[in-house]
Amino acid sequence: MARAVSTRIKIGYTVAAWTVALIIFFPILYTVITSLKTEQAAISGFDLWPSFSLESYRDVQSQYNYFKPFMNSVILSLGSTALALAVAIPAAWAMAFSPTKHTKDILMWMLSTKMMPAVAVLVPIYLIFLRTGLMDTRIGLTVMLMLINLPIVVWMLYTYFREIPGEILEAARMDGATLKDEIIHVLTPMAIPGIASTVLLNIILAWNEAFWTIQLTTTNAAPLSAFIASFSSPQGLFWAKLSAASTLAIAPILIMGWFSQKQLVRGLTFGAVK
Amino acid sequence: MTFKHVLLGSTAYAGLILGSAAGASAEEITIATVNNGDMIVMQELAPQWEEKTGNTINWVVLEENVLRERVTTDIATQGGQYDIMTIGSYEAPIWGKQGWLTEMDGIDGYDYDDLIPAVKAGLSSDGKLFALPFYAESSFTMYRTDLFEEAGLEMPEQPTYEQIAEFAKTLTDKDNEQYGICLRGKPGWGENMAFFGTLVNTNGGAWFDQNWNPQLDQQPWADALDYYLDVMNNYGPPGATSNGYNENQALFQTGKCAMWIDATSAAGRVFDPAQSDVADKVGFAVAPIASVDKGNAWFWAWSLAIPTSTKKADVAKDFVAWATSQEYVNLVGEEKGWVAVPPGTRTSTYENQNYQDAAPFAATVLSAIQNADPADATAMAVPYTGIQYVSIPEFQGLGTAVGQNISAALAGQSSAEDALAASQATAKREMTRSGYIK
Amino acid sequence: MATRQTQSLARLMRAPAIILLLIWMIVPLGMTLYYSFLNYNLLNPAGTSWAGWFNYVYFYTDPAFMESIKNTLILVLGVLAITVIGGIAIAMLIDKPIYGQGIVRILTISPFFVMPPVAALIWKNMIMHPSYGVFADLARFLGVSPIDWFAQYPLLSIIIIVSWQWLPFATLILLTSLQSLDGEQVEAAEMDGAGAVSRFIYLVLPHMARAMTVVILIQTIFLLGVYAEILVTTNGGPGNSSTNLTYLIYRAARLNFDVGGAAAGGIIAVILANFVAIFLMRAVGKNLD
Repeated sequence: MARAVSTRIKIGYTVAAWTVALIIFFPILYTVITSLKTEQAAISGFDLWPSFSLESYRDVQSQYNYFKPFMNSVILSLGSTALALAVAIPAAWAMAFSPTKHTKDILMWMLSTKMMPAVAVLVPIYLIFLRTGLMDTRIGLTVMLMLINLPIVVWMLYTYFREIPGEILEAARMDGATLKDEIIHVLTPMAIPGIASTVLLNIILAWNEAFWTIQLTTTNAAPLSAFIASFSSPQGLFWAKLSAASTLAIAPILIMGWFSQKQLVRGLTFGAVK
Repeated sequence: MTFKHVLLGSTAYAGLILGSAAGASAEEITIATVNNGDMIVMQELAPQWEEKTGNTINWVVLEENVLRERVTTDIATQGGQYDIMTIGSYEAPIWGKQGWLTEMDGIDGYDYDDLIPAVKAGLSSDGKLFALPFYAESSFTMYRTDLFEEAGLEMPEQPTYEQIAEFAKTLTDKDNEQYGICLRGKPGWGENMAFFGTLVNTNGGAWFDQNWNPQLDQQPWADALDYYLDVMNNYGPPGATSNGYNENQALFQTGKCAMWIDATSAAGRVFDPAQSDVADKVGFAVAPIASVDKGNAWFWAWSLAIPTSTKKADVAKDFVAWATSQEYVNLVGEEKGWVAVPPGTRTSTYENQNYQDAAPFAATVLSAIQNADPADATAMAVPYTGIQYVSIPEFQGLGTAVGQNISAALAGQSSAEDALAASQATAKREMTRSGYIK
Repeated sequence: MATRQTQSLARLMRAPAIILLLIWMIVPLGMTLYYSFLNYNLLNPAGTSWAGWFNYVYFYTDPAFMESIKNTLILVLGVLAITVIGGIAIAMLIDKPIYGQGIVRILTISPFFVMPPVAALIWKNMIMHPSYGVFADLARFLGVSPIDWFAQYPLLSIIIIVSWQWLPFATLILLTSLQSLDGEQVEAAEMDGAGAVSRFIYLVLPHMARAMTVVILIQTIFLLGVYAEILVTTNGGPGNSSTNLTYLIYRAARLNFDVGGAAAGGIIAVILANFVAIFLMRAVGKNLD
């Protein structure tokens, strides 16, 4: 900023921004607060200052061991992201640096595969999973999540790679760099912010997927979406317990998001939206 | 090399023998169940069965609708993902007829005669029993004795809907968030249509005539809907279209409803001081009637069934027999208190003095369940069984679509006439399509 | 020539992703297409028979069909409008010099990390509930009677919930775009006497065109498939007033267990989605070059 801003204006902006931010964040905050209440306090009206009680968390844990679905969520989101990158990086690289006249059509077509309503293909997919023994396995679900998010990953990487000036590659090639060198020493360092934000976005999408992860699992591969489904709307209102389960389900990804938002932003600035 | 093979082979063989010697049963079974309170108790007590038999259980606990989707897909595709499924009295006969469920007759030492006959009948098809009941419920009237006393009212033994409307009018005090009556309004075949179906029955209506022609455009449906809209709009709580069982339970427990007509299984909860602010002020009466004394109270049984696709039917049967036995009922009574035992399935539960002492509503519930006859719930002759549902596969979708129309009328988005006309059209369309109407 | 070599190498590198997606698309799509011509109810597999075009006719003549198309469009456009306009406003606000910028940014993007069913549960039970929700408490505090959101404004309620989930995404993308705006250019415009409004219209908005395109494109893909929020809150009602196309298919598939009907609905949805995609590409695709 070339110009100093008066403190009064800065305070004005600060108040406005904090108000908006707190309103947006409020539902999450209130969930966490409710999770620390007793069941009866949870439905007895607005109250921001609970008598702290970990009872709901204890109840949740005694009904469903949190660790297992948590680990599954971690494995599925990391695994599907890694797999998607392995397939998508070469494809995006090729599309960005040797585009043909069909490149844009292919990209558009890839994105349009995401528009098929999942529920319409449930029966065929269920049968395939049964026949191939992939039902309720982490590997089956990892592949599934990878396929769902692949179009977005390819598309994002493509937009990042296109930002890398072609001349740099030309120059490297002139210097006798092999394709391997080109990718490892030239391309990758430049693309890291873009890849990082793609990875983060994909982890978030995989973590929050709640259709296939419930329909194609029973016990072994069930992630946190199934954990939530076992606490939502039982007989009777258990809002404190539901809030505790919700908090447990979103906390890991939320914390990851908070810590990595700088990378997320840096990557986005670099690529798609500049 | 060969020696190694022999060695390996013999170890494997020894393992096989040892494995089978450990009681033909050291198996791991997978059970799918709903997250209702009674099933959570089952989950907590199951380790006792595991210890006794050496088997282990994998639990899949899901919210009711998700559970229904999951197990239906699995059983229809012969997926074999579950060894035991928790299903309702709606599914049991339909799936049994399809040959998807293992017959549950003839388990050694199982006391079949103790099961309440109406419950047993509800889970059978063509005389074969396809599931064992875990808990069963009918519907009845719960009311606030303190408010009735204050207003000088008295709940008769058999209330009529006319009287209920009178009571509701007297007891409504909207300024103090006290509503005369709470009824289900959330759309769904198992939500608002469960109640509304009984209201139609007792007004003399039915879903279909003998030739499967929908009857939703007939007078009884119009009468039922007019009554429902009248009491709900004038004496009901706000936001009634979002209120299902859970929401109404919370409203009643926090003292906001003077009357609530819903599942008998709610009795234990509204009567529990730990959950309910009104525990000491609740009275119980049978479900009200209108013009016809039939089908005014529903019937539902959450039950345990074994799909034919399982390879562990014997172990599964052993667990189901244990979890639905009198022994189990006693176990819950001792460990969790008698008011918490799974109700509605066994005559012996209701003869038990401990239960009678702990649950003053026991007699009302028992008579409600005994009198709820899914085979004779309507004034006119019908080709189906079921009180608040029609035991055909198409009903879930149809019931929910009609439930949507009813809730649109309740929300004031369509008139009663339009709601019923649209429902009749939907029913006709669906039944023609499925080949019921030739 | 190196280029030809690169060309064939490029083809090789593209192949895995394209082949995978091709299989992923063609196998289920082919099976869905096949099922869509069958009378196939999951609960009555014995009655399976050839249906011809019947499932399509049946789905199309469903009274709920037209309403669901309308609701789908309102939902998508409503959420896009709220998130793009709100996103621009919030992005401009938190781009200003403020105390605790980092924390403000973190709080603002948080809803994006919440699973859709959880978001819907939170809003339904704790925010919009007519008796226990925060909105109801607020209304009572102000002395007006609480709004019954899901009965009176079902579609608007869904739009609010979905917008809350996607506002952070839009804000984030638009903020990064805003940060790459050339400060000197803005100052030059200021010197020339351009007011805040004209600076915004002639400088800021055109600069953000590409970011807005990205937001619209990505969000449209996800918004066409919204159903979890509807399932948790209104079940598509009252009546069909909050039923969108995806939820209508969901109803056929998971309540009626009508595999044939749901498949036909799925095919119809894919065709409509492709129309939308082509339209979008025509309308905003230029910005992506």
